Amino acid sequence: MKVYVPMDSAAKALGADDVVLALLKAAEGRDIQIIRTGSRGMIWLEPLVEVEVDGQRHGFGPATPADAAAILEGTSALALGPVEDLDWMKRQTRLTFARCGVIDPLSLEDYSAHGGLKGLRRALTLTSQQMVDEVQTSGLRGRGGAGFPTGIKWQTVHDAGARQKYIVCNADEGDSGTFADRMIMEGDPFTLIEGMTIAGLAVGATRGYVYLRSEYPDAIHVMRQAVAIAREAGVLGADVLNSGRAFDMEIREGAGAYVCGEETSLLNSLEGKRGVVRAKPPLPALEGFLGRPTVVNNVISLATVPVIFERGAQYYADFGLGRSRGTVTLQIAGNVARGGLFETAFGVTLDEVVNDIGGGTASRRPVKAVQVGGPLGAYMPVSKFDTPIGYEEFDAKGGLIGHAGLVVFDDRADMLKMARFAMEFCAVESCGKCTPCRIGSVRGVETIDRIAQGDASAVPLLTDLCETMKDGSLCALGGFTPFPVMSALTHFPDDFATHKEAAE
Amino acid sequence: MSTPTYTPDASDHDADIKRIIDAHLQLEGPLLPMLHAVQAEFGLIPEAAQRLIADALNITRAELHGVISFYHDFREKPAGRHVLKICRAEACQSVGGAALADHVLEKLGLNWHGTTANGAVTVEPVYCLGLCACAPAAMVDGRVVGRVDATRMDALLAEAGA
Ligand SMILES: Cc1cc2nc3c(=O)[nH]c(=O)nc-3n(C[C@H](O)[C@H](O)[C@H](O)COP(=O)(O)O)c2cc1C
Ligand code: SF4
Ligand code: FES
Repeated sequence: MKVYVPMDSAAKALGADDVVLALLKAAEGRDIQIIRTGSRGMIWLEPLVEVEVDGQRHGFGPATPADAAAILEGTSALALGPVEDLDWMKRQTRLTFARCGVIDPLSLEDYSAHGGLKGLRRALTLTSQQMVDEVQTSGLRGRGGAGFPTGIKWQTVHDAGARQKYIVCNADEGDSGTFADRMIMEGDPFTLIEGMTIAGLAVGATRGYVYLRSEYPDAIHVMRQAVAIAREAGVLGADVLNSGRAFDMEIREGAGAYVCGEETSLLNSLEGKRGVVRAKPPLPALEGFLGRPTVVNNVISLATVPVIFERGAQYYADFGLGRSRGTVTLQIAGNVARGGLFETAFGVTLDEVVNDIGGGTASRRPVKAVQVGGPLGAYMPVSKFDTPIGYEEFDAKGGLIGHAGLVVFDDRADMLKMARFAMEFCAVESCGKCTPCRIGSVRGVETIDRIAQGDASAVPLLTDLCETMKDGSLCALGGFTPFPVMSALTHFPDDFATHKEAAE
Repeated sequence: MSTPTYTPDASDHDADIKRIIDAHLQLEGPLLPMLHAVQAEFGLIPEAAQRLIADALNITRAELHGVISFYHDFREKPAGRHVLKICRAEACQSVGGAALADHVLEKLGLNWHGTTANGAVTVEPVYCLGLCACAPAAMVDGRVVGRVDATRMDALLAEAGA
């Protein structure tokens, strides 16, 4: 009997390893094979145990060690039926995450059997310019936050003349509410390796680095093993799949600085320097790692490349809304009934994501706000829930989708405290290069404290300060911190006023 | 898993440090991997290592110190036997993370970055562990824990000997 249990760190954090021990114990005598997988993304059902019956995987979750015997007997009350038939699964368009939760993440055989390496094999039949064109046609835009067209970035590096170019994968994933990068690295690492290899072939880079945050020890462990396996199998190395072309890569661990997710700060860090942001130009595409032409792309951007090459650029581009093509890997988090990863075409509304897919709050209280796009993203009030998930659509409503993480808050959330936290976070994580960010954020905390103590005159000061930070910051840490702060102040004025009255 | 230790007056560490440096010298951008390896071995970046690394990479002590102090991960003072990281970021706050952190700090009588008097546990803030759909989240040494409440936290602290 085949039994699947995720080794994804969210599943582990909820006790998956103990469930595995209990299953092995309960199996005594019976012939069971436990296969560790990534997560399907239904975090509220984790640990989700799947038992294969007649070739179909039946889910049981959320499982505890006490459920093990009944799960193996098929009598557990946690039975969910075939996993593929669950509403959450059926409603998705899983392109980037097609294999995540399905296969053994470190089995290259499983990977190939589920469409893996097809994209790379096809890429090897194309010229480098054709590869770049394929990415352009797909409409893929950077999933790390800025939404810059990936094909244009690749073209710049492709056209740059240099003896050594690099592919750098940004796996710093520091935004609260995001975990798609982590999930794909833990659940389907070869897809990232394949994507980086295609990128290398397309732009003429033979070396790649994954800059992976130290807060993700499990992902680091899986990625390092996957790279070794891929090298052993000849997917990486001097002769990629016997093509005569070279590409190899290394996993590098971050050191706990949020700002190192900003691409130029990341490059400095990778070079062994302080993670201070560099002024642009020069673009990293022209003068990146060690001053050489470098593609810096987010994990999900790169992990989406294989499916684009496997199915064809047009297939991918046919999904989506407006200028946001393909799928978005939504991460639904915070105070939400059904949290997890949900991949779907751009265009679903915020309301659908929060209330329908996510099922509203976990506390069963009314939703107050949703922060979309991490700590630099705006708090969206319920009145803006008709906004479709798309880069331009969010921009038009004063928000941003960033890395597509959504954090749900119920009516007990104190938005003044959240605004204060945004400033505090900026102060803690500022790289220190510009005054409006370094000093402004500290002033921001003080100013919000004054508002909390009832000083109404501090409100216009906060607004001015946010303007100064927006205009005078070199990068989005200082420049976008005003988004959460001002959206909280604008949409939830009561939270800034009650404090005043309470103090009087 | 507990944090390794460094004895400041034992000069035989130099050989170990040199071995770590040599193992990383051929890398492009070797400094961060070197620092991580030194800290994994000793639990901190000792004085002696700073001198040897600066020499090996031909950078000044001041430059090296600038790098070490920039990153939250690197320590120049030893931590407790266990490091408890509690997530302070927004998703965890949305389900009571701040109250949980307050509970821990109050119970142990510590501020952030503090170590219990018996040297068992250091409490560090962390900004997101990627467990935002099963918040509040924490990490003890390398082990992740999700949906942590006060009872669970107390059990973790007891286990760590706090
Ligand atoms: C403060 C700050 C933090 C960032 N953090 C990340 C991150 O963790 N991951 C990421 O991919 N991009 C992050 N970015 C965006 C990167 O600078 C860059 O746009 C991205 O890596 C490019 O890849 P993409 O085009 O594939 O999105 C951050 C930007 C800023 C200003
Ligand atoms: S805005 Fe802040 S983080 Fe960004 S470059 Fe300026 S000081 Fe550094
Ligand atoms: S916000 Fe706490 S784990 Fe992400």
